[in-house]
Amino acid sequence: MATELTAGNVGQQDWSGGKSPFSVSYGKLMMWYFLVSDAFTFSALLITYGTIRFSSPTWADPNKVFNSFPLLEGYNIPLGFVSVMTFILILSSVFVVRAVQEGHMMNRKGVVKWMLLGILGGLAFLGCQAWEWSHLIHQGQTLSGNPFGPPAFGQLFFLITGFHGFHVFSGVVLNVIACSLAATGSLERRGHYELIEKVGLYWHFVDLVWVFVFLAFYLL
Amino acid sequence: MANMHQDTLHNDLSHDVIHHDADHHEEGHGHHKESFITKYIFSQDHKMISKQFLITGIVWSLIGVFFSVLFRFQLGWPDESFPLLEMFLGGWAKGGKLDPQFYYALVTMHGTIMVFFVLTAGLSGTFSNLLIPLQIGARDMAAPFLNMLSYWFFFTASVLLFISLFLQTGPAAGGWTVYPPLSALPQANIGSGTGMTLWLLSMAVFVVSSLLGSLNYIATILNMRTKGMTMMRMPLTMWAFFFTAILGVLSFPVLLSGALLLIFDRSLGTNFYLSDIYIAGQQFTNSAGELVQGGSPILFQHLFWFLGHPEVYIIILPAMGMVSEILAANCRKPIFGYSAMVLSILAITVLAFLVWAHHMFMSGMNPFVGSIFVLFTLLIAVPSAIKVFNWIGTMWRANINYTPATLFAVGFVSMFISGGLTGIFLGNSTLDIPLHDTYFVTAHFHIVMAMAGGFGMLAGIYHWFPKMWKGRQMNDTMGAIHFWVTFVGSYCIFWPMHYLGMTGVPRRYYTDEYFNTFNMYENLNVFISVSAIIVFAAQLLFVINFFYSAFKGKKMTTENPFNYNTLEWTTPIEPGHGNWEGAIPAVHRGPYEYYKDGHDFIPQTTPDSALK
Repeated sequence: MATELTAGNVGQQDWSGGKSPFSVSYGKLMMWYFLVSDAFTFSALLITYGTIRFSSPTWADPNKVFNSFPLLEGYNIPLGFVSVMTFILILSSVFVVRAVQEGHMMNRKGVVKWMLLGILGGLAFLGCQAWEWSHLIHQGQTLSGNPFGPPAFGQLFFLITGFHGFHVFSGVVLNVIACSLAATGSLERRGHYELIEKVGLYWHFVDLVWVFVFLAFYLL
Repeated sequence: MANMHQDTLHNDLSHDVIHHDADHHEEGHGHHKESFITKYIFSQDHKMISKQFLITGIVWSLIGVFFSVLFRFQLGWPDESFPLLEMFLGGWAKGGKLDPQFYYALVTMHGTIMVFFVLTAGLSGTFSNLLIPLQIGARDMAAPFLNMLSYWFFFTASVLLFISLFLQTGPAAGGWTVYPPLSALPQANIGSGTGMTLWLLSMAVFVVSSLLGSLNYIATILNMRTKGMTMMRMPLTMWAFFFTAILGVLSFPVLLSGALLLIFDRSLGTNFYLSDIYIAGQQFTNSAGELVQGGSPILFQHLFWFLGHPEVYIIILPAMGMVSEILAANCRKPIFGYSAMVLSILAITVLAFLVWAHHMFMSGMNPFVGSIFVLFTLLIAVPSAIKVFNWIGTMWRANINYTPATLFAVGFVSMFISGGLTGIFLGNSTLDIPLHDTYFVTAHFHIVMAMAGGFGMLAGIYHWFPKMWKGRQMNDTMGAIHFWVTFVGSYCIFWPMHYLGMTGVPRRYYTDEYFNTFNMYENLNVFISVSAIIVFAAQLLFVINFFYSAFKGKKMTTENPFNYNTLEWTTPIEPGHGNWEGAIPAVHRGPYEYYKDGHDFIPQTTPDSALK
């Protein structure tokens, strides 16, 4: 590889311009801007939720919609399962934080271990969501009908949790890519684990969005 | 002077060498031998990507403008028949008269193509890619691979929309704003069928393209400027592209959400935008057989215009930036009020997010909320006026070098003033009651956004053409003819539309001949249509000039024959991938030091020591 006149990837250490407005590399900067942009996407969806909900004369009671738990049929456990899901997602964020920390210490094994745990958490969350969706669909809550209240509740629920679930899924994919690059030593050769930080940012963002989705559908 | 400049440059290179020889970079950059595919198709060189955007944009603009000529035939001569149309359009023009359905499809496609594919991707995509690395002193964009993806997502969006033109049911026909419920009900109209689905998919892909591009522009401008290139030493083009990218990053995702909800309504049986719908007297029911209720079509308008209004600034800001640069460089004077220009771009960017509902005064809005949007809308006139006065101040008593680029830049200022003044009318919610959805609106936004944006784009093409095509220049005479026909012709098209609008002639109507009140405007409509045809012909002249000059145009013999200050004129005549052959030059001053201290021009690379 030629070393003169590189076209791309001029990173932080090459900064020789005026005053850098932020002390971050362009990659992290782009991730931050992407997250701002994605936040607007979710905001638009949640504003849609608010608009439709507050113009609707009735709304579904989350304590009645979300009261089942796998293997514990017949028990009334309001919000029990979603609490587990939320806990899993937050825990997985903590694992990724640990992975970033290990990355700062250039500890390849630690990075891989904690990333794998984070990925496991993401997959577990997706599994839980799949169970919850199929359970609700069996109960009759679909995109056009809803036994618990106005159809709009189910429509918004599937759209927004689905869109969030898609983000979790893509986050898992990104984490798998980053984790395997760490495992093969490719990040170590680069001399830094910034990639882990970047996918970590995305992962925490997805977690943060869940807090708002959780608030909108399960608590309010 | 020229000698001194060369010496200065030489000193720079020997004393302030900047080592951008980073040890990590991807395969395929640098001065490798490139294959045809990596050089011309899946290229990661910002200059090639910019040309790809430009050529695609030119193709789209020819299609889009041609569509307007087609429907101007209908509006100018509603009683005549044109057998030629039937020959080419077949069933869409039976007996040589445009089918009303096809008329709506043409209007919709004209708007979509011109706004998104030409004046967003074609303008900002072309010039942000070309100029950002060249003017801030970088080898390429921050992420060249994402930059390449940005073009190919745009290309995919183009293909999707292009396919929809050939559907048996035609492309989307509900207006470029695709308001539901019409657009949400495929059974309501053939123009809401498959064509509409492709429109939505195309837009979703377009949003991805815009996002990838914009993130790159922002990161590159913030993090990759060369030594000495502080933010306040950047050319105004850079500031304009920077804020344009921020607008895009923050507004396009909201369109994505709106489109997603519409896709669900159309294809998956939800009713986010639908409530109490009757089609041809029949209740529109969901799968359970109940009348759908609870959705809100106004919601779509909010989501759409939250993008839609910033979108007009996404179009006009790059044009403003390029015009500032071209005027200062060709008036041989510093731009009047550099920091005021920067601050007014910032003010426009902030206000752009606070005015969207002025498109919805007639949608049923609380008058108090309306009055707030009136306030913010009229406030935008302040930074806009600052910019106009500064351009005039720059031209004032200058010894202007009237290149075609300068002509179009001056034309931009004229168009922006004329169209901006009618914006003050329309920004008032009370005046909007009679003027809403008339030709007055059509005239306003075409002059202030479409014409001004187009003039800015053309000015940019004429000005930076040598940097795109191996130092070749466009033909000045053809450029001047192109300018005068386009300039006079555009006013001939849109000025009379103000009169039509003030008397209440509604826009988007297939024909006005059944309204006795509007019969008297027949001749005016003929005049507009004839002007439109002439202006279209002038654009063909431009296309000929463009492609002829790209291969046969006069070649520059030195790097900076026009004595400009900015960094792109320090690159070789035919810059390779990496832009500068040696080290990237350092910057010692702002971009607009023309006619200062007895110097005609002082390039940004000249250190103070070289001036003594």
